[in-house]
Amino acid sequence: MNALLAADLPYWAQSLLRVLGGVVAVLLPAGTIVYLFLFKMMSFMQSRLGPMEAGPYGSMQLFAEVGKWLQKEDITPARADRVIFKIAPLVVLASTFLLVAVVPFGPDAWFTNFEAGVFYMLAVSSVSVLGILMAGWSSANKYSLLGGLRAAGQLIAYELPMVLAVIGVIIQAGTMNLQGIVLAQNGGEIFGWNGLGNPYILTQFTGFIIFMIAVQAELTQTPFDMPIAESELVSGYMTEYSGFRFLTFFIAEFATAGVFSLIASVLFLGGWGVPFAWFDWNSIDDVSDWMNVVGPLIMFTKMMGLAFVIMWVRFSYPRFREDQLQRFAWKVLIPVSLVNIMITAILKVAF
Amino acid sequence: MPKVPGLFKGLGVTLNTLKRTAIDGTNTVQYPHEKEAPPIRARGVIALHEGNCTSCMLCVRSCPDWCIYIEGHKEMAPPRRAGGKPRQVNKLDRFDIDYALCMYCGICVEVCPFDALFWSPEYEYSEPKIADLLHDKAKLSEWMETVPEAPALEAGAEKKGKK
Amino acid sequence: MTSTESLIDRRQLAYIASQAADARLNVELETEGMTLNIGPQHPATHGTLRIIAHLDGEQVVWAEPSCGYMHRGYEKLTEVRTYPQVTSLVNRIDWLGSFANEVPFILAAEKLMGIEAPPRAQWIRTILFELSRIANVSLFLGDLGVQLGAVTPVFMAFRDREHVLNLIEGTTGGRFHPNFDRIGGLKDDLPAGFIDETRAVMKTLRNFCTEMEDLLFGNEIFQSRTRGIGVIPKDIAMQYGLSGANLRASGVDWDLRRDQSLPMAWDKVDWKVWTHPDGDSFARCWIRLQEVRESTLIVDQLLDNIPSGPVMAKVPRIIKVPEGEAWVSTENPLGEMGYYVVSKGDLGPFRTKIRSASFNNISIVPWILKGVYVPDIITILASLYFILGDIDR
Repeated sequence: MNALLAADLPYWAQSLLRVLGGVVAVLLPAGTIVYLFLFKMMSFMQSRLGPMEAGPYGSMQLFAEVGKWLQKEDITPARADRVIFKIAPLVVLASTFLLVAVVPFGPDAWFTNFEAGVFYMLAVSSVSVLGILMAGWSSANKYSLLGGLRAAGQLIAYELPMVLAVIGVIIQAGTMNLQGIVLAQNGGEIFGWNGLGNPYILTQFTGFIIFMIAVQAELTQTPFDMPIAESELVSGYMTEYSGFRFLTFFIAEFATAGVFSLIASVLFLGGWGVPFAWFDWNSIDDVSDWMNVVGPLIMFTKMMGLAFVIMWVRFSYPRFREDQLQRFAWKVLIPVSLVNIMITAILKVAF
Repeated sequence: MPKVPGLFKGLGVTLNTLKRTAIDGTNTVQYPHEKEAPPIRARGVIALHEGNCTSCMLCVRSCPDWCIYIEGHKEMAPPRRAGGKPRQVNKLDRFDIDYALCMYCGICVEVCPFDALFWSPEYEYSEPKIADLLHDKAKLSEWMETVPEAPALEAGAEKKGKK
Repeated sequence: MTSTESLIDRRQLAYIASQAADARLNVELETEGMTLNIGPQHPATHGTLRIIAHLDGEQVVWAEPSCGYMHRGYEKLTEVRTYPQVTSLVNRIDWLGSFANEVPFILAAEKLMGIEAPPRAQWIRTILFELSRIANVSLFLGDLGVQLGAVTPVFMAFRDREHVLNLIEGTTGGRFHPNFDRIGGLKDDLPAGFIDETRAVMKTLRNFCTEMEDLLFGNEIFQSRTRGIGVIPKDIAMQYGLSGANLRASGVDWDLRRDQSLPMAWDKVDWKVWTHPDGDSFARCWIRLQEVRESTLIVDQLLDNIPSGPVMAKVPRIIKVPEGEAWVSTENPLGEMGYYVVSKGDLGPFRTKIRSASFNNISIVPWILKGVYVPDIITILASLYFILGDIDR
């Protein structure tokens, strides 16, 4: 292993490579999700075609939109807290970049491979709450303030079920390293049969559902989109933003959707790997180098599948009320995930 | 049959629509490339048959927002038959409709006693400047070509005596 | 389904909650109230209605609608217009169901003149009236989704409503503002092919209703957002002068199409007046959904036996309405809409009082918004269903 990325290159080259890789890993899923799901799938679900004029079948629409946003005036409200107002979108976007850093894309294709990966992932995903609170508070707008406070309450409430849902996976895999979780799934077996590995979606189905619901809430996608709620709060914490700063929020929203789908596919669907039994691999040292190319593609496919579900739910459902959402998190999701952890732990000891 | 929870039913509806749009095509029309034909009776634009107009001013007076401007003068025309007396005719100098004001109610077309005004389903006459929407009689007469025949009536209708 | 008793309990609970909100303000937490202006430009008001809401956190302490941002003065304008011209004006009051606005005015003028439209005209009037009701309320069903955060229903509503608008345009020439009703009858007869086309469209609309039931009304999130929210008990609804679906959702069996005799064709067909005992937002939305379906059935039955004959009674070319006063109201898509026409024997009315449904319907807003949360403001306003043109006239 370690031939492709590490070791041979000087530190600056490695860093540059990683930064470029990170940008690609964040922007490519975001762009694909926006075009494929937000523009096209949503339109088709609503009996229309969506953008058709920019490029063949509207495929260049995203670039047109970015161009449009870049041209717009960057407005700061007169009574806004200027510095915080300007930093806030970047904080939100930074959280996405921090998240993608621990996602493994192949046996050697990772940005960082450190032991407490899951812990780190859960920690940095909360950074975006800070950005949203900053945006809501500094905009000097009542709607933004309400939106920001709602976002904070919601994201904190849903952080907990997410953590608890992941704990089941950690117990089963016995490691907090995301790479280790991938290996544990693909090298695993179900009652002696290893044709499929052991993707944790089978054993941790409850955990998977809770995780996806929590992701939906973290992303403020529709059944949980009260912080944005364009019919109530105009656009919540994004009301006062325009031009490039709004674009930053927009990218962050969909890039985070992509990154969370990646993480969910790592945790529950086996990540970049194929079941090792297919090729008689036993450990990560046996995995051949071509997985570094095929792995990201597999990841991408799984991510698109999960993002499809996220977006599908988004386009079909009305939104909850804030108190209903809190009640749902504290009275349903958290008890269920606690029970899930208990059962997982018992079964882990029993088998 | 057990009751399907509404949440899944909703997902089913959107997925069905997705399938239907992909297979049967959309309900929308890609406007500049393909156009829908408006119905025959559609009130698109008012066309003027200049020869019929006698500048009687009925349409001007009945217009609810006074968007029709007519100016005319009397003129002696040569007699119809040789040896007859010269006739007095009303010549139309100006017939303008301000489409920025017009609310397409159709009262002028209805009150016109000489069949000089008609509805045409033509709809592509927008202008970048609002003042350019004041169309003169030359332009209004051009639209006369697009006026369709009145549609056939549904069974049981009584043919009306007048137009 | 709850009995009247539990309704009163709920009302008392809402009252206690609002009192508690009042008391808590500045006392317990030493919080400061916040005044939130919802509107005049706000995505939830589909127009320019302004709701001044005084909030404690996200709870409303008091709220007041402030209307008039789109006042166009139609009552005054009718005084300087002739009768045929008034029709094209009143079209614009409730712009989603325009034809329904013309009918009561024309009926009032006909009542003063002592003439009645021929049966075929009455039949076609009723068909167009119900078509405009469908066009209006089906858009409400889609818009309801947007207010509650679901993006898809509104596109489905626009998709299927388009067929109805095409029917109206094919018959009258105008998609939104038909201006088709005349004193003594109609401007024109139906174009050929109308009946078959309408039957097909009515089938599409019934499918649309089923789709809405699956996508929106059956959805548990939607139900949790609307059930028990904004309960209007029977007596309160009648005190505030609500009408239309808002009143029927509170359990009052009152429908002007059935309860008064007008020269229209409603009494010639079988149909049902839907009521709901709950009086909450869900009931109001549900009643409207059922009414769209019922309207398609009415249209279907009317199409079966349109009498033949002329569509215009004998009226003079220049219409002068004899001196007198007349009040006619009909059950419009939004509720009771009526015109009180005073004539002095001129070409136009001397004075017209327009009673539009939405204006009375939103008068309950200060009462009903007390103690609710900000998201529920939107639910309640959406379910009350007003159209700004109908409020401000």
